[in-house]
Amino acid sequence: MRLILDRESFDDKQLIVKRGHYPMSPKGNLPGKASGNKSDGSKDSEKNMASKNSQDKAWLLKVYQDMCYYRRFEERVLQAYTKQKFAGFCHVHIGQEGLCVGVQRALRDTDYMITGYRSHTQAIAKGIPGKEVFAELYGKATGCAKGNGGSMHMFSKEKRFLGGHGIVGGQVPLAAGVGFAIKYEKKDDIIVCYLGDAAINQGQFHEALNMAATWSLPCLFIIENNRYGMGTDIKRTTSIDHLWKRALAYDMDHGQVDAMNVQKTYEAVSTIVANMRKTNRPYLLDAICYRYKGHSVSDPGLYRSKEEMAEWMMKDPIIQLGEYLKKNKMASDEELKAIDTKGKEMARADEDWADEQPIPPEEQVWQNVYAD
Amino acid sequence: MAILTYREALGRAMAEEMTRDPKIFLMGEEVAEYNGAYKVSKGLLDKFGPERVIDSPISEGGFAGLGVGAAMVGLRPIIEMMTWNFGIQGFDQIINHAAKMLYMSAGQFSVPIVFRGPNGAAHMLAAQHSQTVEGMLTQVPGLKVVTSCCPADGYGLLKSSIRDNNPVIFLESEMMYAMKGEVDDAEHLIPLGVGSIKREGHHVTLIAWAKMVSRAMACAEQLAQEGIECEVIDPRSLRPLDEDMIFNSVRKTHRVVIIEEAYQAASVGSFIAEQIQRFCFDELDAPVMRVSNEFVPMPYAENLEHRVLPEAERIIPVIKQVLYMD
Repeated sequence: MRLILDRESFDDKQLIVKRGHYPMSPKGNLPGKASGNKSDGSKDSEKNMASKNSQDKAWLLKVYQDMCYYRRFEERVLQAYTKQKFAGFCHVHIGQEGLCVGVQRALRDTDYMITGYRSHTQAIAKGIPGKEVFAELYGKATGCAKGNGGSMHMFSKEKRFLGGHGIVGGQVPLAAGVGFAIKYEKKDDIIVCYLGDAAINQGQFHEALNMAATWSLPCLFIIENNRYGMGTDIKRTTSIDHLWKRALAYDMDHGQVDAMNVQKTYEAVSTIVANMRKTNRPYLLDAICYRYKGHSVSDPGLYRSKEEMAEWMMKDPIIQLGEYLKKNKMASDEELKAIDTKGKEMARADEDWADEQPIPPEEQVWQNVYAD
Repeated sequence: MAILTYREALGRAMAEEMTRDPKIFLMGEEVAEYNGAYKVSKGLLDKFGPERVIDSPISEGGFAGLGVGAAMVGLRPIIEMMTWNFGIQGFDQIINHAAKMLYMSAGQFSVPIVFRGPNGAAHMLAAQHSQTVEGMLTQVPGLKVVTSCCPADGYGLLKSSIRDNNPVIFLESEMMYAMKGEVDDAEHLIPLGVGSIKREGHHVTLIAWAKMVSRAMACAEQLAQEGIECEVIDPRSLRPLDEDMIFNSVRKTHRVVIIEEAYQAASVGSFIAEQIQRFCFDELDAPVMRVSNEFVPMPYAENLEHRVLPEAERIIPVIKQVLYMD
């Protein structure tokens, strides 16, 4: 019930950093719309399944595996870039694995996904083989966009991954269009649209949210709120303290989640998605996370203090889940280490495969400019 | 053979195509309940219902992008820009997204969409409502750019544009919506990339498109009384461009005047002139000449607007110049 806000408990953004406190709705559950259409899917089988899954050992170990793999993948990507094995822009997701994996687990294969330029591990999560993502970074013929896209433009029609996009906020109206098509075809799929925190100040974001809310389109807009648009603290450019408030202007369902915690993210998104399938209503989720690396490879991140970084790293999604697994006697340190080692090996195998791939033939320059 | 206005011909094309293919929808400002700002979509809401004929908010960037996203997953949107001046708000979606999607995704996501609406000056609409966009948009690989000069061409070309699997920029004109002309009762399509010879002649080739065709025809009519036979050719689609038709006409007349409602620099006319000098250099008996808008924002006053646009009093002296009649 977000409209009745207690400013005392909500407006101090420092809380988020200094005390590691994520303000949630007064009752502590995911807030729904003020009109009473709140996300109270607790009786839904999806919700029950979500709660069950997020405490199930095998399920959690697989989630842990994925997060380790994605982190090791991005580390190898950075190393490869540093070794000048490829060029261009390169934005990695290190630190934000909890969101990527938590969201993906709440979706089904027929759901769509679209994102901005920080897209490597989201593409893998949606089903594109990591080796094809790595090959795409190298501009190889067997990359998921045959070397036409690169780091910012991963695509798979088969996996319904509609691209990384390089214009901040430009993907948001596209997502509204996919939502429109889902509704037009009377399907119950949804589209997840990732966007960065700074994208909420683009006009197209507002235009798209207005249309999605007015026409009730099944779009889940997820703000990857890592607090910085490149090197600019969101506080310096944005008049609101909590980014989910953007939804208030469009009377849109909305909420906030601690996306450093993969279990919380998965449960929250499962509830939201189950509700969306029934209502077709859009949702704006403010996902609080943190990127450990700079905006791109060329950014040393000097605008952040070591203390701030250290504070966030204590909430690391992989460490958090590891601690949970150990505390609940689902895994030992050795087992977790073995899982991480496997993640390293998977990432290495992706890079090794990409190393061996052919570059695109020159005639590809002229292909796919126009469709037949 | 029926006599239709240009707006009726375009409306008929959309209605026929929407009947044929349920994946086609029309979205834009005032297209549904108001029946279109210029009444091009008149009757479509009644015929196809509010799921397929949709009044948009005034958010050109937003609904252009919505169309692109819907096209990526299988629908075939027609997006009406109330005018292309407003369409410039949607250029990020048209240029950065629609045009590049197929290429960026290496052929995985095509964007079959038509962006249509009136282009260029009407009458005393001043600087922000009188622009042409074909020069800007033919610069962008991945887009097709289509114009038409009469109801029959508009009908056949719009149908082809809707069936095309690429983003098509379909440029209309406020000044032409009431223009009447014969349109065949039988369904027919005009392929994109095929121009049309509007008047045959052997002294000089006039190249014009959209509403400049009627300017060129009027000049040709006037000069015929002096014994000058102009050939008037209309490429119709500017991307792809019917270069064969242009070159064949140049080989016949050896003299060319290009008339366009645009500025001289980096325009479609400058590209056509460059192609002619490159491929027909030995055929030319005079430099290729161009008549364009004066390089100023459009003024409001009627006499000043007239002075800026390519009108007969500026076109005819240029035609005589390439004929060395001065």
